[in-house]
Amino acid sequence: MGTFIVRRILIAMSVALTISIVSFMLLHLSGDLATSIAGPEATAEQVEQIRTDYGLDRPIVNQYLDWLGGALTFDFGRSYYYQSTVVDLIVDRMPITLTLGGLALALAISISIPLGVLAALKRDTWIDRLALLFAVVGQAMPSFWFGLTLIVVFAVTLQWLPAAGSDGWQHFVLPAIALGYYATPAMMRLTRTGMLEVLESDYIRTARAKGLRTGSVIFKHALRNAIIPVVALAAVELGFMLGGSVVIESVFSLNGLGQLAWDAISRNDYPVVQAVVLIIALFYIVLTLLADVANAALDPRIRTR
Amino acid sequence: MTTSSVSPTASSASTPGTGLGEIPLQPPAWSRVTRRLFGHRGLAIGLIVVGLAILIAIFAPLLAPHDPYHQDIANRMVPPVWHDKGSWEHVLGTDKLGRDTLSRLLFGTRISLTIGLVVALISGVIGTTLGVLAGYFGGRVDAVISYVITTRLAMPVVLVALALASLTGGSLTTVIVLLGLLLWDRFAVVSRSVTQQMRDAEYVYAARTLGCSLPYILLREVLPNIAGSLIVVMTLEMAHAILLEATLSFLGMGVQPPLPSWGLMVAEGKAYMFFQPWVIAIPGIALFVLVLAINLLGDGLRDLNAPGGRN
Repeated sequence: MGTFIVRRILIAMSVALTISIVSFMLLHLSGDLATSIAGPEATAEQVEQIRTDYGLDRPIVNQYLDWLGGALTFDFGRSYYYQSTVVDLIVDRMPITLTLGGLALALAISISIPLGVLAALKRDTWIDRLALLFAVVGQAMPSFWFGLTLIVVFAVTLQWLPAAGSDGWQHFVLPAIALGYYATPAMMRLTRTGMLEVLESDYIRTARAKGLRTGSVIFKHALRNAIIPVVALAAVELGFMLGGSVVIESVFSLNGLGQLAWDAISRNDYPVVQAVVLIIALFYIVLTLLADVANAALDPRIRTR
Repeated sequence: MTTSSVSPTASSASTPGTGLGEIPLQPPAWSRVTRRLFGHRGLAIGLIVVGLAILIAIFAPLLAPHDPYHQDIANRMVPPVWHDKGSWEHVLGTDKLGRDTLSRLLFGTRISLTIGLVVALISGVIGTTLGVLAGYFGGRVDAVISYVITTRLAMPVVLVALALASLTGGSLTTVIVLLGLLLWDRFAVVSRSVTQQMRDAEYVYAARTLGCSLPYILLREVLPNIAGSLIVVMTLEMAHAILLEATLSFLGMGVQPPLPSWGLMVAEGKAYMFFQPWVIAIPGIALFVLVLAINLLGDGLRDLNAPGGRN
């Protein structure tokens, strides 16, 4: 188990490093940053001025190494737009995105797992079909449009909840529903297939043959095994949701990391863009690492692979 | 396909009054049959809707009642025909510039389908090449390619695509190229695992013994046998790409005005959604229906492709 964890951590660290290189290079090579920052009306001299001021005239490898050196000590430089450091901006906005992601995941788990179990137990009945329909609709729903529809229905027409802002818990309800529904279909389907597989296995037959109560068989024996891959998926989905929160935050005007990234992108504030991309990727990497380790702890067969 | 055998009431009619529930976890045989039919019905619906969308895209100039770019300031925000103030002149109403919504919607089909198809082709070539090589050779090649896949999966697609689209100046072409270069992961993961399973198959072994060249083995022996799985991934990635394009365009970094991208239509209607909710409802529903149909098609194909799925 020890070597397994060490190996996984080393891989995770090198993936993080690769991401930092790739995102840095992509941003610097897919366009001329100095021209973008200067704007369409700038003269050639102004562009050159910005290029030297921001150090964009130096070799790209030097620029990257400088940036990486800072990033390792959580110094991502200063925002071009705001009068503050990138780290301050991120620390300021992070709680909102984490709250949103956490709530959305909690919602997705509390709907998808019971629904998946129910669909597996009531296989091929109307309950199963309804659950499938719920998943199919969720997969096809554009999340920005679902968010806008929630605003029109619950904030404007019924006036139950606020449409925008991030002052109280009420502000997180609709965004969490919009984001959580996105993660629900995959987790529900995986719970359902997992339960169906497990319920046909020998140890469930043994448990039944021993005369254990149905509830005990389903929850203590079946669900505990079926849920192992769902744990891993939940971690991955949380990573995706943090990345996808840029869309939901923009729809609901939630002032989190996603909104920060979107503002930074439209204002050519590249130090912020780079930092947010790296932070979101780091969250994903750490989450998948934790899921791997948790999986290996729950299922010893994985460790030897 | 086998749509002719699907009676519209097949799955619903046989649900009630079963009376065969002694072993609840082991579905009786008839139930498996209805399940099959239900799967096929999804496939049939998907095929019909996607087929219609393709026809609409091809014949958009003939079907559209108006020029999708023609602005008519005197007729701004006309409501759809079912509304009190609607008229048959503009069946789905007009937008803030007085452009006919139905015509824009019909032409928008071209954008969504082009995006879906071309992105799935580009990412399919990249992902399948990586996946087949990793699966066939195993060992170090597999380790390197798996690392590349892991790295790609850790990149936040929406954020990276937004940032790059903004830098390169969003347009239909840049969106296609960007998404094509980003969305190959599922192709790679699936083709890798399927190729691994057939690396030691007898026909591959036979081809190797006969001295067939490597490209011949990969293209003529391996590729045809993973094609079924690839087509399923392809439909799912088409749906994924269409949704992402709409999202990028909605956020203003994708397809640019005046092109009638459905995501852009939602963005343009956003300011009016409180009092004229149809301006966002109509393009949103179009997007939902197309993506749903492509997903149903993919799910149906997966059922057919699954072992034992044909009976």
